[in-house]
Amino acid sequence: MAHVLVLFAHPALEKSRVHRRLIRALPALPKLTFHDLYEAYPTFDIHVEHEQALLTAHDLIVLQHPFFWYSTPPLVKQWEDLVLEHGWAYGSTGTALRGKRWLNLITTGGGASAYTREGLNRFTVRELLAPIEQTIRLCGMEYLPPYLIQGTHRMSEADIASAAEHYSELLTWLHDDRIDWSQAGHYATLNEALVATNREGVPA
Amino acid sequence: MSSEALFQDAFIYLTAAVIAVPIAKRLGLGSVLGYLLAGVIIGPFILGLVGEERADVMHFAEFGVVLMLFVVGLELEPSLLWRLRAPILGLGGLQVVVTAALLAGGAMLWGLSWQAALAIGLTLSLSSTAIVLQTLSEKGLLKTAGGQSSFAVLLFQDIAVIPMLAIFPLLATQGVAHGDDGHGAATFVSGLPAWAQTLAVLGAVAAIVLAGRYLLRPLFRALAATRLREIFTAAALLLVIGIALLMTEVGLSPALGTFLAGVVLANSEYRHELESDIEPFKGLLLGLFFIAVGASIDFALLLSQPLLILGLVVAIVIVKGLVLFVLARLFRLSLDQSLLLAFALPQVGEFAFVLFSFANQQGVLEATITSPLVAAVALSMALTPLLLIVNERVIQPRVGTPERTTRESDAIHEESAVIIAGFGSFGSTVGRLLKANGVPTTVLDLDSDRVDLLRRMGLQVYYGDATRHDLLETAGAAGAKLLVLTLDDPEKTVEMVETARKHFPHLTILARAFDWDDAHELLERGVTYVYREALDTSLRMGRDALQLVGFRAYQAQRAAQKFLRHDEQSMHLLTEKRGDRTWYINTARGRIEDLERLLQADLGESAVDRDAGWDAETLREDVLRSGLGRS
Repeated sequence: MAHVLVLFAHPALEKSRVHRRLIRALPALPKLTFHDLYEAYPTFDIHVEHEQALLTAHDLIVLQHPFFWYSTPPLVKQWEDLVLEHGWAYGSTGTALRGKRWLNLITTGGGASAYTREGLNRFTVRELLAPIEQTIRLCGMEYLPPYLIQGTHRMSEADIASAAEHYSELLTWLHDDRIDWSQAGHYATLNEALVATNREGVPA
Repeated sequence: MSSEALFQDAFIYLTAAVIAVPIAKRLGLGSVLGYLLAGVIIGPFILGLVGEERADVMHFAEFGVVLMLFVVGLELEPSLLWRLRAPILGLGGLQVVVTAALLAGGAMLWGLSWQAALAIGLTLSLSSTAIVLQTLSEKGLLKTAGGQSSFAVLLFQDIAVIPMLAIFPLLATQGVAHGDDGHGAATFVSGLPAWAQTLAVLGAVAAIVLAGRYLLRPLFRALAATRLREIFTAAALLLVIGIALLMTEVGLSPALGTFLAGVVLANSEYRHELESDIEPFKGLLLGLFFIAVGASIDFALLLSQPLLILGLVVAIVIVKGLVLFVLARLFRLSLDQSLLLAFALPQVGEFAFVLFSFANQQGVLEATITSPLVAAVALSMALTPLLLIVNERVIQPRVGTPERTTRESDAIHEESAVIIAGFGSFGSTVGRLLKANGVPTTVLDLDSDRVDLLRRMGLQVYYGDATRHDLLETAGAAGAKLLVLTLDDPEKTVEMVETARKHFPHLTILARAFDWDDAHELLERGVTYVYREALDTSLRMGRDALQLVGFRAYQAQRAAQKFLRHDEQSMHLLTEKRGDRTWYINTARGRIEDLERLLQADLGESAVDRDAGWDAETLREDVLRSGLGRS
């Protein structure tokens, strides 16, 4: 089993169709911690020691947020800037995060095909996440391929319900450490990795 | 008096007050001195506009003192009174005894009988509640140690009048003259034996306390329910007049009785309403009283016996002042607070007029003795505001808590960029935040104990009335950037804004305002940074309430931020709209109209923004319509 920390960032959850349903489907697991950043820090006054202690206590960090202008909501950037301190997270003495795993869990309004060379957005989500990937690697963590929920603008209620179900399964799998990470790293997204490496019904 | 004559007199008195008081205030002399001067000017010696009715007027106006004691009582909770018991009994008691003994001794040396001397000593030991409390509260000094002690002494003196009235008849050496002054005349209890009189007094006091506790609240509640404001005012006046009558009947001081009623009602929910209802009557009557004192100064007598009367004034003031100072030091008041007490209470009070005329009737003193004394009393009263000014401008800067810290001569004089006026809970938060972040500040404050503490903590603190431009000058206003006004007195704040804008126009002013009215007044005077004191707290409370009914923390936070912005905009807009109707802003209707405008403005878009950037609805519609992102 792994200690899983979900860092959740949504500035206007009351307007969200998908994330609201996702977090309602959060499984109750002993080693899963859900941390709602905008609820904890409405004035952006981040409590650095508390955040660092949370990171220290977990093995796998899942950063869950909607993709706003190809990036995170602003509080996440603030969180990175303040929490990932030099000398703690990186640098010659910054070893606190070594060996932990990091997963981006992202929803995009546009469909998967929009995030291709030929598509409207011209870059893949993985490419657009380069700053975070590099940040995580510099901190000595293992960067996992992102888990994507795409095309949310066109999702029907049924689509959202099934996405929520997959989300719940995914977190359970992560918590139970049932994913073969040696294989997963070869895929562009975690969704693909799960489809390819598991025969059972998987959260894709 | 015919009604025409009444109106004529009212016209003269009011004209004198309306002209003299603002001028005196403008010159920094305070309102009391303004009223006194107005009285002198319309009095028989200069213009001679008022004549025979002076004594009646003064008698009537003494009711202002009664009203004042009621208001003072309202502001004094029983617990505070209990804490003051030592200074009231100790300081007050010793002051009366020692002063009376010394002055009576002086009178005996002058050749008077011991009875006459004792009557004079006792009478002269009293000070003027009206003048002292009015002047100290105007200067914001009532809450200081010296102010509290002054109050305690005055309270004891008011109580001491009662036994004095009782023993004067025993001091009579001549036949009783049958004057009818109303004082000491037959009352309901005067025919009763002593034990019954005592019983009546105790009964009256108990009646006031019990009625205040159990009867008045339901009564006021019923009256308030009628929503007729004038009926409430009438009830408040009725209460005070009724108590005054009751007290007179049993031979107690009316002022004392209403003071007691005030204390009993200090904890009630109607305290503020009573206060604001009585306040204008109190102010007018006190003003009238001061004018009457001014008009009663007998300049003819003064000119015929100038040395005697001036000598009396000087002797009285010096003896009383010295006794007060020594006692204050014995009671461990600091040097500057002792001086304040000595300079506040050395005059003889309004009760002297009553006691001297009573002594005349009772045959204790002859008119040839009391006339110069009465003139000296009036003069000593007129002198008080001046003495307090001398104390404030000349004595305190040298002897008391100095206005500036004496620095080591080799210390580099660094001028702070920020001056904070007022270091109460509001100002100290601002100051601590700045200091914690390494911004040097200079503090101006009027509470000498606090000043001493802050200086020990290494802060640059100047002591004194921050509205004085020379103090601002000393504090380095010329080299400062910001002036932070955190006084809890809106009038002082406005005064200071005017001083600062006149003498130091380069200063950026940040001002604390109490409510909308203050905020408008400050904005109209060109202050850009205005902080209504309860605004941020109430918004935080509103934000938490939103959160508790289910809003997301960040949504509530943004709602509060937007509301603040919208509210500030409304405040500026409203200030422009008020234009020249400033005369009208203090009325309740003006405030209701403002509130109505505000509520209407809240219905618009700017108070509740939609944060459309996070709204995916229009984007979704677009996508669904055009098929974007489908391929």
